[in-house]
Amino acid sequence: MITLKEALELDSQALQELRNDLKKKIKANKELNAYVGLEEAGEGVPIAIKDNIQVKDWSVTCASNILQGYKAPYNATVIEKMHQAGLGAYGRTNMDEFAMGSTTESSCYGKTLNPCDYERVPGGSSGGSAAAVAGGIAIAALGSDTGGSIRQPAAYCGVVGMKPTYGRVSRYGLGAYASSLDQIGPITQNVEDAAILYDIISGSDPKDSTNAQRDDKVVPNLDPNRKLTIGIVPSYVEEASEDVKKAYGKTVEVLKKMGHTIKEVSLLDAKYDISAYYITATAEATTNLARYDGIRYGNRAPAQNIKELYINTRSEGFGDEVKRRILLGNFVLSSGYYDAYYVKAQKVRHLIKEEYEKVFSEVDLILSPVAPSVAPKFGELATPMQMYLSDMYTISVNLAGLPALSLPVARNDEGLPIGLQLIAKPYDEQTLFDGALGLEAAL
Amino acid sequence: MFETIIGLEVHVQLNTKTKLFCSCPTSFNHRQNTNTCPTCLALPGALPVLNEEVLHKSIQFGTAIEATINQVSYFDRKSYFYPDSPSAYQITQLYTPVVEHGKLRIDLEDGSHKIVRINRAHIEADAGKSIHDGEISKVDLNRAGTPLLEIVSEPDMRNAEEAVQYLKKLHSIVRYIDISDANMQEGSFRVDVNVSIRPKGDEKLYTRVEIKNINSFRFIQKAIEVEVSRQIEAWEDGTYDEEIIQETRLYDANRNETRSMRGKEEAADYRYFPEPDLKKAVITNEMLKTYSQIPELPDQKAKRFVEEFGINEYNASVITSTKETAKFFEDMMEEGISAKNAVTWLTVELPARFSGGMDITTSPVDAKKLATLVKRIEDKTISGKAAKEVLDYIMQNDEDIDTVIEKLGLKQVSDTGAIEAMVDEILSKNQDKVEEYKNGKEKLFGFFVGQVMKASKGSANPQAVNEILKQKLS
Ligand SMILES: [Zn+2]
Repeated sequence: MITLKEALELDSQALQELRNDLKKKIKANKELNAYVGLEEAGEGVPIAIKDNIQVKDWSVTCASNILQGYKAPYNATVIEKMHQAGLGAYGRTNMDEFAMGSTTESSCYGKTLNPCDYERVPGGSSGGSAAAVAGGIAIAALGSDTGGSIRQPAAYCGVVGMKPTYGRVSRYGLGAYASSLDQIGPITQNVEDAAILYDIISGSDPKDSTNAQRDDKVVPNLDPNRKLTIGIVPSYVEEASEDVKKAYGKTVEVLKKMGHTIKEVSLLDAKYDISAYYITATAEATTNLARYDGIRYGNRAPAQNIKELYINTRSEGFGDEVKRRILLGNFVLSSGYYDAYYVKAQKVRHLIKEEYEKVFSEVDLILSPVAPSVAPKFGELATPMQMYLSDMYTISVNLAGLPALSLPVARNDEGLPIGLQLIAKPYDEQTLFDGALGLEAAL
Repeated sequence: MFETIIGLEVHVQLNTKTKLFCSCPTSFNHRQNTNTCPTCLALPGALPVLNEEVLHKSIQFGTAIEATINQVSYFDRKSYFYPDSPSAYQITQLYTPVVEHGKLRIDLEDGSHKIVRINRAHIEADAGKSIHDGEISKVDLNRAGTPLLEIVSEPDMRNAEEAVQYLKKLHSIVRYIDISDANMQEGSFRVDVNVSIRPKGDEKLYTRVEIKNINSFRFIQKAIEVEVSRQIEAWEDGTYDEEIIQETRLYDANRNETRSMRGKEEAADYRYFPEPDLKKAVITNEMLKTYSQIPELPDQKAKRFVEEFGINEYNASVITSTKETAKFFEDMMEEGISAKNAVTWLTVELPARFSGGMDITTSPVDAKKLATLVKRIEDKTISGKAAKEVLDYIMQNDEDIDTVIEKLGLKQVSDTGAIEAMVDEILSKNQDKVEEYKNGKEKLFGFFVGQVMKASKGSANPQAVNEILKQKLS
């Protein structure tokens, strides 16, 4: 597939041909189930959009039954910015319901296949976006990352996925999972495309109070030859599979050869990340999803009275994983438990932030695994707990609000892609892309 | 003997141009659900942005009650499901409100004063309205997201009178500083009352019962009285523990009783936590400086009226109880009349002629006109009695005072020559009575005055008549 950089050079006739060709390819690859809708909005280079980003007049459903029939009456800010930059929204991609999951299996539209191996999960929650780019049926895509939902599917599918600093990209129009963690980001074929798409969607937005209101761009200053100090985390890597460990070691060697300085650093035990994350995310999610009540829009279940209306609508509308997280969120916020769970989780979150600050006083970037293993087979993560643990490398980045980029660095013996992530300090996307661009070229 | 403990929570709807977290207009008399947007409809992906005007008005209120204004305050989510609450959580300020530790002075009937402490005032978003229409319930979200300031008093009030005086003062203040139209019938000044009792001398607080949404001062007074009776009766019957539970009750004005609204078993857990879609609300030093400049408040105005115009404290507090009456009075004083007359005509004569829900803001006679009328008494053009007739007339007819005086023939004759002639005529007609008077029947003086006034058709200046009569009869 043509890259985003190349596509941006095309004239309108060539673009039209590209769009026609894309449509054919998407239809031919229906089996992947990367797309759940083929709506189009705006002219220009087609970009696939995760099903939780609002595009005016599209049916945007967060892959949930509860939003069937809902049509978004407005554009997310990222869509507006894309339109201004000559990109068009093209097709909705599959995802875990309300972005809750790591495999895209919890979608109401059924699972998406990993283009590298149809028996394996594409990762999640932005599994449809990653599979579309990896499967050659999207030039680039938007995903959202709350605890790794861009980086992990990108790693599983062998493409580039980038999560911006919290506040870099407007959340206005992103169907919320966890407000203090969510960020929209690009999933692309290469690092440069990720930088281009990142530049287009990032920037100030008065409609999002948590936006950093910064408009600095990375593409004009991209420099793959910068020599950086890169932190490695041996204690973290210990817990990964042999494939991942091997790829990590080889990548460190490449970085050394490139002339970067490698420095061993340590971070908090990932078990704290997981606890803090699942408490914070579910608390926020519980309230964010409370609006899906069948009163104003979406799917309403038959009922005799208001209480039944809520219970029936939400019982039928939400899938198991969503229900599990709603229950968990309500539990950690309920009186008598709030201090023990939510308040404590915020303290841990603060510690994690401080820990990263310390590390970033010594290094420019951190190299870390994205997932403990290559993409698992369908059904391999038998319990929710196993799935939650598979997020161990990605969630601290969201808790600390950092930018990070997942880059395919190797393939295992079966030919399955392995991705590693570079993590930078807040708002230092420039160094993140510089480092990633250099590494990509050197591999 | 029991003591009553009352605390009040008042939701004041702020009169900002736009809603608290979106740019929809706050006027909700439009067609249902038209003043809405993705944010106040809680559509997927929509986000709140704080309306700074709400902070301005909060600063003004905080200044008026001499409170601490928190230059950094935070928002929290309060979760509950209700059809007119689109996001199923209300954005409010639980942990750090914008205003804390204020106070309000209330004046009591016996002439004493009391300071009521205000615990806090916090910003929160209003819900929409549910309309129940037989089998169908409808929701109008025009009001959803309108800014409220919830003002929470300490439990400092000890009887219904104090509670009502507190509310009246609060009502007056929010209107003086123009942060709300505070219309109780339309729900822009909503009162929840917390009532408990305890044996006199006891320090501990007993079970507090909340009475919600009572929409007039009179009903609030009655609701408190009837609820206190219920609690005392239960105590005396030995059923206090069973009957008086911490709950929300509604006041039924028709039956003059309070009724349980929801049971104890359904006590809500609001699952508060910090609102992640908003940053902290910051009040800059500049904002603080600009918005703590507030208009003169009722107490200050009353004090000034006493000093400047020499009226008594009671009258001053009556006149300043609403900013419209105070303005009316000040406008009357501009016309250069005596304060004493202005007070009488403003607080007694004019209101006595109000009918059909009329008040000072809708009075057909404005300050200038009423002052002109008073002036005509003072310059002896008409008598006080004639002025009342003129007022009766101009309440119904929008006409010029002097024209009306002419038209009704009420002009007073002060020309002593004319009055002397009339007096002479009356005295000569009543020689016998003059004799009686001179022989000591002094009561007849009134008779002579009456006769002269009658002869002048009421237009003679009574004072002049008195003087001339006295002269002639001596
Ligand atoms: Zn609105």
